[in-house]
Formats: sequence, C-alpha cells, structure tokens
Amino acid sequence: MYTDPIMQESIKLVEAAREANIRLDPRRMTAEEKDVLLKTYHPDYRVEQFEELKIGPNKGGKVPIELAKLLQGNPRITAAQVDLSKPDYDVDVLVIGGGGAGSSAAIEAHENGANVMIVTKLRIGDANTMMAEGGIQAADKPNDSPAQHYLDAFGGGHFAAQKDLLYKLVTDAPDAIRWLSELGVEFDKAPDGTMITTHGGGTSRKRMHAAKDYSGAEIMRTLRDEVLNRNIPVVDFTSVIELIKDDKGCCAGAVLMNMETKELLVAKAKTVVLATGGAGRLHYQGFPTSNHYGATADGLVLAYRAGARLLYPETLQYHPTGAAFPAQIYGALVTEKVRSLGAMLINAKGEAFMNPLETRDVSAASIIRECSDRGNGIPTPEGFGVWLDTPMIELKHGEGTIEARIPAMMRMFGKHGIDIRKEPILIYPTLHYQNGGVKITDNGQTDIENLFAAGEVVGGIHGRNRLMGNSLLDIIVFGRNAGQQASQKAKEVSVGTLTLSHLDAFKQELKDGGIDTDVASPKLLPDYARRNNTI
Amino acid sequence: MSNLVNVYFFGKKYQVPESLTIMEAMEYAGYQLVRGCGCRNGFCGACATIYRIAGDRTLRACLACSTKVEDNMYVATLPFFPLVKAVYDIEKVKPTEQIMMQLYPEIYSCIGCNACTNACTQGLNVMQYIAYAQRGEYEKCAEESFDCVMCGVCSTRCPAEISHPQVAMLARRLNGKYLAPHCDHLDERIEEINSGKYELLLEDLMGKPISEMQELYNNRDIEK
Ligand SMILES: Cc1cc2nc3c(=O)[nH]c(=O)nc-3n(C[C@H](O)[C@H](O)[C@H](O)COP(=O)(O)OP(=O)(O)OC[C@H]3O[C@@H](n4cnc5c(N)ncnc54)[C@H](O)[C@@H]3O)c2cc1C
Ligand code: SF4
Ligand code: SF4
Ligand code: FES
Repeated sequence: MYTDPIMQESIKLVEAAREANIRLDPRRMTAEEKDVLLKTYHPDYRVEQFEELKIGPNKGGKVPIELAKLLQGNPRITAAQVDLSKPDYDVDVLVIGGGGAGSSAAIEAHENGANVMIVTKLRIGDANTMMAEGGIQAADKPNDSPAQHYLDAFGGGHFAAQKDLLYKLVTDAPDAIRWLSELGVEFDKAPDGTMITTHGGGTSRKRMHAAKDYSGAEIMRTLRDEVLNRNIPVVDFTSVIELIKDDKGCCAGAVLMNMETKELLVAKAKTVVLATGGAGRLHYQGFPTSNHYGATADGLVLAYRAGARLLYPETLQYHPTGAAFPAQIYGALVTEKVRSLGAMLINAKGEAFMNPLETRDVSAASIIRECSDRGNGIPTPEGFGVWLDTPMIELKHGEGTIEARIPAMMRMFGKHGIDIRKEPILIYPTLHYQNGGVKITDNGQTDIENLFAAGEVVGGIHGRNRLMGNSLLDIIVFGRNAGQQASQKAKEVSVGTLTLSHLDAFKQELKDGGIDTDVASPKLLPDYARRNNTI
Repeated sequence: MSNLVNVYFFGKKYQVPESLTIMEAMEYAGYQLVRGCGCRNGFCGACATIYRIAGDRTLRACLACSTKVEDNMYVATLPFFPLVKAVYDIEKVKPTEQIMMQLYPEIYSCIGCNACTNACTQGLNVMQYIAYAQRGEYEKCAEESFDCVMCGVCSTRCPAEISHPQVAMLARRLNGKYLAPHCDHLDERIEEINSGKYELLLEDLMGKPISEMQELYNNRDIEK
C-alpha cells in the first residue's frame, strides 16, 4: 500500500501503460551509447570520489576515498603487543572468513587430509553468501558452452578479466554445480531433472541456476552444515586483525581478536586462505548497501599491508535495483531475478525507459540518469527511485509465479504492507559488490607466498564488472581451488620463526609517505550507534 | 523527524523514532551491535527477538532487522539458542525414516501443541514440517521448511525439545542429494569438458585481440 499521493498518481500511469509496456522489448543500447552513459552517470567515474594511494604495492593507483583511508590506516596493534612464541592455535590451513568461499575452502582442505580451522568475524554464515538471491551461472545446457559463458563474462567485465582465471571459472562451473548438488543443495529442477535456468543481466544463454530466491542461503546453510558434520573447528565472533609472516617472508598465520572481549590470540598456520568477502558497509559515496554487517574490506587491508597487490580496487558494483522504499529496507537487494522473470523498469511517467536486462553497471547508470538529469524519478524519503513493475511477472507467467519463484521478495515487501503481485516497487541503485580485490594466480595464491585468497576479496576474475550469478560461482570454484591448493602446499611447508616485522615496515612507509592518520584498520564493523553525549 | 515511541530494551526504556526497525532502534539508543546482527535483511537468522506489547498477553517473536518498533514494546534479543545439531556423513545416510529416528528421535515426542508454528518468525508451518519429517516425507518437509532462516525461535517454545531448523536442514539435504531428480545434462557437460572438448575453442578466444572480442561480444546472439 502506497499512501504518498505522488506515488499513487504515478502508479496509475504505470498501471495504465502496463498492457502496452508488457509487449515491448526495448532495444538494447549500442556500445557507444553505453560508453557515454557510463562515463556520465556511473559512480565509478566520479573522479572526485577517488584518492591516489601514496604507499604500498598499488602506489599511484586510485581507490575510493573511504578505502584509501583504511589501506593507509594504522594497524590496531604493535608487534610488541603480541607474543608470537606461544600460538593459541597451530594448524595446517587457516581459513579466514566463514562465508561461501571460506567454507568451500575448508571442506576441500579437510577432504585433502589437512588440519584446517575457520576463524570468522560473526557467526559462520553471517556473510554476503547467505544473502544471494538470484542464482549461480554454469553453462550446462545443450545450447550453451563454456566458451559462450566466457564471452559473456569477458564482455560484461569490459574485456579486462584475467584470462586464466576466467577460463577456470567457466570450465569448472558445471562441476561446481554438481558438487553442491551432491552435498544436497536443492536447485530448481524440472521433473525430469533438467535444471530450470533463466537469464541474468548480460547473459546470452539462460544459464542462471537457482534455489528459488534463496540461492545463496541454500548454498550457505548446506556448506555450513557440512563444515559442522566434518567437525572442522570454527572460531566465531573473532576477527583477524593482522597477518603473521615467518622469517622467510611467507604468510604463516594471523593475529585474532575476540570481537566481544577484545582478547588477542595467535594462530600459526602453514598456509592461510583469505576469504573475507566484500566492502558494502564502507558505504562508498554515501550509497546504501545490500551487504551484510561485516562487509568492511578487511581482507584488502590485511593483504595490502602484508605486501599483496590489488587488482581493479577502483571498480565497484552498484546493483541497479536496491529497494528505495520504504525506508526500513532502503538499500536492500531486489534480486535481478525479478527482471529475469519479466518485470520491467518504468519511470514516473509510466514509460519503459530501458531494456531490463542490460548489464548491471549500464542499468544502474541509466536509472541514475532517469532520476537526475531527466527528472523522471519518483521522490522517496531518501531521494528518488523508479518503478520495477512486478505485477507484469504474473501477467506473463501466470498467477502463483511470484510466490513460487521469488518468495523472499514477496515476504520482504509484504512485511511493509506492499503486495508485489499487485503493486510495483520502487528501486534505486545500491552498493553491492567489490569487483576488484587481491590479485591471485590460477592456483589461488596471492603475491605473498602461502597466502591464498578466494571469493569477493579477490580481484581479476570478472574484470571491471561482474555478471549476476558469477560470484556465487566464483566463491565455489575458487574457494574449492584455494582449499585444495593450500592444503597441498601445507604438506611441504615448514614454518620459520613468526614475525610481525612487516607492521613496523608499514608504519615506516606511512611516515615516509607523509601520512599522519588517526584511522585504525581493518575496520571490522560499521559504526551505526548514535552517540549522544557518551564518554 | 517522525514521531517517537517508547521501547524497552531488556526492560529499560528508550524513546526512538517509530519508523525504525528494532535493530535500528537499538543503534539509535546507543548500542553498538556485535551479536544478534548479520545480514540486516531477513536472511541469516542472527537477530531472533521476542517481545510483548504492554497490555497484550501474547508473547511474540520476530527478526529484529525486519520488524518495526511499536509503542510500549518490551524487547529481549535472543542472539543464541543452544540447538542440537546431529553430526552425520551425507555420503552414508539414506533418505529413509530410520535416519530421523536415529539422529533426531525427539521429533516423535511432538505433542501437536503448535507453539512452534505460532512462534515462527518466517510464518512457516513448523509443526507440519516436523510431521513430514516424522513420516520420512523429506521432499514435503524440505518444501515446507524452505524459507527457514534457522533463527531457532521455534525451538525455544517446544515442550518436546526439538531442534526444528536442524531437522529441516537434514531433510533438505536428503532431498537435494537423494530424492530430487538427477540432472543428466550436467553430467554430460562435465564429461565433455573433461574430455577437452572446449579447450581449443576457449584458447582461441583467449588469444584474440580485444577488438575482435568486442566484435564477437557486441554481435552475439541472445537466447529469447
Ligand atoms: C544481497 C546480495 C545478493 C547477491 N546475489 C547474488 C546472486 O544472486 N548471484 C551471485 O552470483 N552473487 C550474488 N551476490 C554476491 C555474492 O553473494 C557474494 O559476492 C559472495 O557470496 C561472497 O562470498 P565470500 O565467501 O567471498 O564472502 P562472504 O560470504 O561475505 O563471507 C566473508 C566472511 O568473512 C568474514 N570476515 C570478514 N572480515 C573478517 C575478518 N577480519 N576476520 C575474520 N572474518 C572476517 C565475514 O564476517 C564473512 O563471514 C549477492 C550479494 C549480496 C550482498
Ligand atoms: S522454523 Fe524456526 S528456525 Fe526456522 S525460521 Fe521459523 S522460527 Fe526460525
Ligand atoms: S512446539 Fe514442539 S511439541 Fe509443539 S507442535 Fe511444535 S514440534 Fe510439536
Ligand atoms: S540480521 Fe540476518 S535475519 Fe536479521
């Protein structure tokens, strides 16, 4: 139920045009049109929002201002504060982050006989993986092929993907789906076992596999259950605040901090897998976010400080359809599947202003243009939004489709009195995904010996923009890979003397770079508490 | 600024804007959350919360991240509840009735009081999915429990001491692995990939200059 008179007026226009709009297939933009649109309206192109790094492996490169502050921030500890001689944990493989990538890595490392442990900031599964709605790509249908998948992802990522990583992503995809299936993940299937697949923005074949619109939750809870079944130790409510090296310069563990008691602990490991996920809670450029509470780019900070290069850290993904109304769910994700199923983007006048299945960056820029220069947005308490005409879905596919295919969306809006089967919803771009991150080779290792990385913390697999469904895929493919490689490598590693001397070196670099900051990093959690006259 | 309402966190009174969720209201009151906060949008079950509205005898449960505050709401968060999680080997279990008897025998002590269903933060028919589990009807149990976020509120209310979300988790994995129809085209594609069928094609793409890739990408045919 919309009570705002301007919204009500606009809905009438949307309803009146629905029959005609539904028959339209708005033409896709040309490459040139997209180029101009992105440069004019996409947040990644607002130069004043980026800052040049003064120190570290990416010195001279640009990153969002908020990230620069953390990458060039002060460590939370000094080397002298930690006694490295008596580790609290001593394992073969230390996995940092209990999301999809970390859990997959841990399962494979365990399968390979390693003594593996997970340390994670909140609970295992409090992670972006749990929130993924839409689905996971894999080219497993007869009219599709890994080469077609490669082309879609490479083009969608603006021809910037690291080719060997993308090769691995697309060729290992079907096996990733089978692995999940055999762990018990319930993919949507036809009665004969054929996977029900749909399009996502930028796909040329219908290769999006889903578990209703709880795809990530279904994958995450299954992986978590498997981790627990294997009795893999999970140290929860504990963050890594620094990586530890040995005297040979190899990664050899981490300094942990209990999030509640602030107690410091030392974990020694032969190899380490960094799987800390994304950065939405840094709220770049003041955008709302779809990410979980702990998405604060910690992994980038930890790796950067230890000397690892980042790739494309200046590219972020703004999901075109974040909820713009009501305020309680501002920024929450409205899955792309809503568009895959046929809902179109409609402006305040009731016009279908673009093809709903353009890539995410193009769609986001187009919506921002509609709400700014073109003046066709609908005012909301937080700014503007455009309509996503959800009732179209049931007109196209019949009654009951929404409840069967996107129940989470129906519930999310239903809680606020909006029935998406009958009423359209208001959306605006939301900060969604970190396209860039730590650079790895195809065996999953970063620039630092024995430090592996997987998941959203990695950069390069998708180039400068990721397609829907390729992230859930990458966390499984590269999470498994990192677990296998890290556990294999652990068999031949003998750890030298532990040291945090890189922290001293980093502090010297800060000083030499003329950086005097009071920012402590990694950030660990956003600060949303209102401080009213506190001490 | 919207109107203020009185909310009691663990019995202590705070005044907060009525437009906030319970989670936002705690932050507005000054809490820096660590426990009880995960996805902030109804997917992870970290923020289970029980409450009563003054004057109403009903004890209600909800997810703090997706429920608005109300005037005179008495709130207690339930960030952890000790559930029983049976450990099993998914490769060795079979989707028969015996497995539930073995791993979660307490489900057969259900007295049909429906307290679990009444408490469910997702509005699921919890008692029904437990009934399906009792009968070994795992496909139905999986379907009925699919939207469960494993917050554990149902289990706090159960006189039979059942860990409902864990029972449902087992049912879904059994269904996904053993009962759902097998996907043949997946096996076939993996076979093709392993036999090297796509190697040349991919290597060819990887070797092409960007301009040619742009050409291919911009003119690729898109499945209707
Ligand atoms: C709302 C939403 C919907 C999405 N939908 C889709 C989709 O449909 N398809 C798709 O392919 N992708 C989707 N994505 C993207 C995808 O889900 C994520 O990119 C992916 O799941 C990331 O997995 P991960 O394991 O790398 O990170 P996460 O799942 O975020 O896990 C990271 C873990 O590391 C922990 N951690 C962080 N810092 C530290 C630290 N310092 N110490 C210890 N632990 C730490 C975190 O608490 C967390 O548990 C979606 C993302 C969101 C937010
Ligand atoms: S069934 Fe129980 S654990 Fe699952 S959502 Fe409902 S109350 Fe929470
Ligand atoms: S609360 Fe427990 S005993 Fe009551 S119906 Fe639910 S499962 Fe049965
Ligand atoms: S915080 Fe995840 S369900 Fe509320």
